[in-house]
Amino acid sequence: MVVLVIAVIALLLAFLVWFVGAPLRKPARLEQGGDDERRALEAARAAKYAEIRDTELDYRTGKLSDEDFRALNRQLRAEAVEILRLIDELR
Amino acid sequence: MAVVGRAALILALLTALFGIGASLYGARRGRREWVDAGRRSVYALLAILSVAFAILELAFINNDFAYNTVANNSSITTPLFYRAAAMWGSQEGSLLLWVWLLSLWSSLAVFVTRNRMREIVPYAVSVLLGFGAFFSSLLVFFATPFALTSPAPVNGAGLDPLLRNPSMMIHPPMLYSGYTFFTIPFAFAVGALITRRVDAEWIQVTRRFALASWLFLGLGILLGARWAYYEIGWGGYWGWDAVENAALMPWLISTAFLHSVMIQEKRGMLKIWNASLVLGASTLAIVGTFLVRSGVLNSIHAFGASTLGVPFVILISAMVAGSIYLVVSRRQVLRSEHRLDSLFSREAAFMLNNVLLVGLTFVIFWGTFFPLISGAITGTESEVGAPWFDRYTVPLALMLVLLSGIGPVIPWRRATLANARRNFTLPLLAALAMLVASFTLIPISSSPATVALFCCAVFVFAAVGQEFWRGWRVRRATSSDTPPGALLSMVRRNRRRYGGYIVHVGVAVLFVGVAASATFQRSHYVELKPGQSDVVAGYTMKVVRPTAAIVTDPTSTGALLTLGAIVRVSRSGHYVTTLHPTAEFFPDPSGAEGPVGSLIGGDSVSELSLDSSFRRDISAAIDAPSVQGALQGEINRANFLVNSDKAGPKARVDLSYLLLAAIAHGYLTHTPAAQFKLTSSPLVMWLWVGALIVFAGGLTAIWPTGGATARVRARYFARVAQDLGRA
Repeated sequence: MVVLVIAVIALLLAFLVWFVGAPLRKPARLEQGGDDERRALEAARAAKYAEIRDTELDYRTGKLSDEDFRALNRQLRAEAVEILRLIDELR
Repeated sequence: MAVVGRAALILALLTALFGIGASLYGARRGRREWVDAGRRSVYALLAILSVAFAILELAFINNDFAYNTVANNSSITTPLFYRAAAMWGSQEGSLLLWVWLLSLWSSLAVFVTRNRMREIVPYAVSVLLGFGAFFSSLLVFFATPFALTSPAPVNGAGLDPLLRNPSMMIHPPMLYSGYTFFTIPFAFAVGALITRRVDAEWIQVTRRFALASWLFLGLGILLGARWAYYEIGWGGYWGWDAVENAALMPWLISTAFLHSVMIQEKRGMLKIWNASLVLGASTLAIVGTFLVRSGVLNSIHAFGASTLGVPFVILISAMVAGSIYLVVSRRQVLRSEHRLDSLFSREAAFMLNNVLLVGLTFVIFWGTFFPLISGAITGTESEVGAPWFDRYTVPLALMLVLLSGIGPVIPWRRATLANARRNFTLPLLAALAMLVASFTLIPISSSPATVALFCCAVFVFAAVGQEFWRGWRVRRATSSDTPPGALLSMVRRNRRRYGGYIVHVGVAVLFVGVAASATFQRSHYVELKPGQSDVVAGYTMKVVRPTAAIVTDPTSTGALLTLGAIVRVSRSGHYVTTLHPTAEFFPDPSGAEGPVGSLIGGDSVSELSLDSSFRRDISAAIDAPSVQGALQGEINRANFLVNSDKAGPKARVDLSYLLLAAIAHGYLTHTPAAQFKLTSSPLVMWLWVGALIVFAGGLTAIWPTGGATARVRARYFARVAQDLGRA
């Protein structure tokens, strides 16, 4: 029984070392930071599109006047354009 | 296997510590392989804790009383269903469940973000593993579930009868899932603040995790209230108990965050506030865990005095100090990009909602910790009761319900007078109609707070109904969808918006149930014998006959004796329903009550019998100690008879059961008077319906966006790209 217990614990330890240490047995790699920047901008773009859609729905359901909607829509689209420009710069 | 379990916990602690080091080293040096090793440590933690969890669970299922935890919280007579859940009835077992769920949800978070936020994730992983290391170390050094007793006792003490309810299988795991899920937004907030990347992607990820923790914790709170309604409270679903309050506080703060994060998303405002809310909600979740486990406050839900208080105080202090340092040191990154345009805008409504939610949390915090505060100042611990909580929470809740109707109909940035007229007329007229009805058609005018709540709720229904109607009309005008199809596609394309609206309706419905039942509940405590009756809120409740069952208890809780009564309910001479309240008696393993008395001398529980409908709940409960007290003379005589018998041990046991049967039979023929609680509560069902609507709305909001939305996004992408070409 004692041998079995020791064997099970050794097996658990071996699994941990093998599984957790697997990446360390591969060649060293440096983290790429640019990917985060691009993903953050893509998330900002998705959020901006959602905001444009929300504003359109607000307008159509009577929450915004014509004048307010035109001003807001113009501003949001300009912000979206700016985000697209930043995404292009990263490519 | 206990040695393997203990070794698994030590390996879990070492894995977590290694993962923290690997993640931080990888993040500081930009070494991807170390970051990956840290991430894998989270999965490994889950695997190794699953081994420990399975070993302890098997010990409970197999009645292995060599384990102290099993001996103290289970017994041979505990049914298999409750043996499987008994693990989290103990301090050690529930801690193991806590850390196992933490590793499970951490693994999910790490998997979901495996290709995202590469700078933030290593720090988030190290924070998650930090929590894992903390709770693993509690299990290794302070409350090990694998401590053994030699020789092993033949039988255990049994699971606390109050915990023998089907909710035991689902309520604690759900509540702990909520608590543990809160560590994920916390970890990602810490990572984002360390790396100064509080950007749109962080919001996107954190919002979803915060919503998931909000859902889990809310469901856990709801299941707890439901359980209390049947078992502990005899028809009371909320008692302002310290542990109940501890779960409610992080839920309220995360509700505030889910609103204010929208302002950050749309306007780039409130970044400091949002970071503070995320960090605060998670810290309060740990405070809740501390309250259950430290024994510092009295609660029916707490595990009693323990040595875990000091480690928890250190953890909470570190979380508070670290959070303050990070927010203050990153204040430049967190500065607002815009200012509030108008006080009559959705941003302003959300800000007020945040102030109210945080105020509500502060009131609950003060009331919960008042015994400690008063003890520190005066030397005497004083508690504040339900009336104190009601005095402050009712007006705040009223304003919150009203705001949940204002929010959906008010636009972002600025509302004009014409807009206000168009959007507020119908909800205000509906609320006015409710006000008139409450003084004429519905008899609720005696309670101004209830009238106000009903009017606010109707305002919400009308406001949200109007939003759905207008959105549906727009969808119908811009698509070829059928009427139901247009409604579905409208919700599918705007899950967050309409999911949120559904949540608001659910909150209003829930508060209607709370207000009506709290104000107009009628309860009588009466002593009744068969043939006698009492009238509660117009319902005549007559005890028809007694009932008794030995061993084969009707609710399968493992009780040896179940005594009860059949109660016939009628109104104006017409039959309404039949109730069957029971009192269950469990064995006393110490044997101190004598051979017969010990068969039923342990804990006793009153099982509520309830007839529920959308209009009202009628319930009856029988007071177990009053029944036991009435039988004490019979039990003493039976003990004397068995003790005088010269037969062998087996024959004495058989005689004890025989005499218990005779006592049960005597109860049926010469039934003593028992104390009953008879209750009529209007509209309680709407509380549960409201909660279900809230969670349906939450699920709608959290559900991943499908292909249709992706197509819509692509269309907008093309449109904005056109603009880019022209710019």
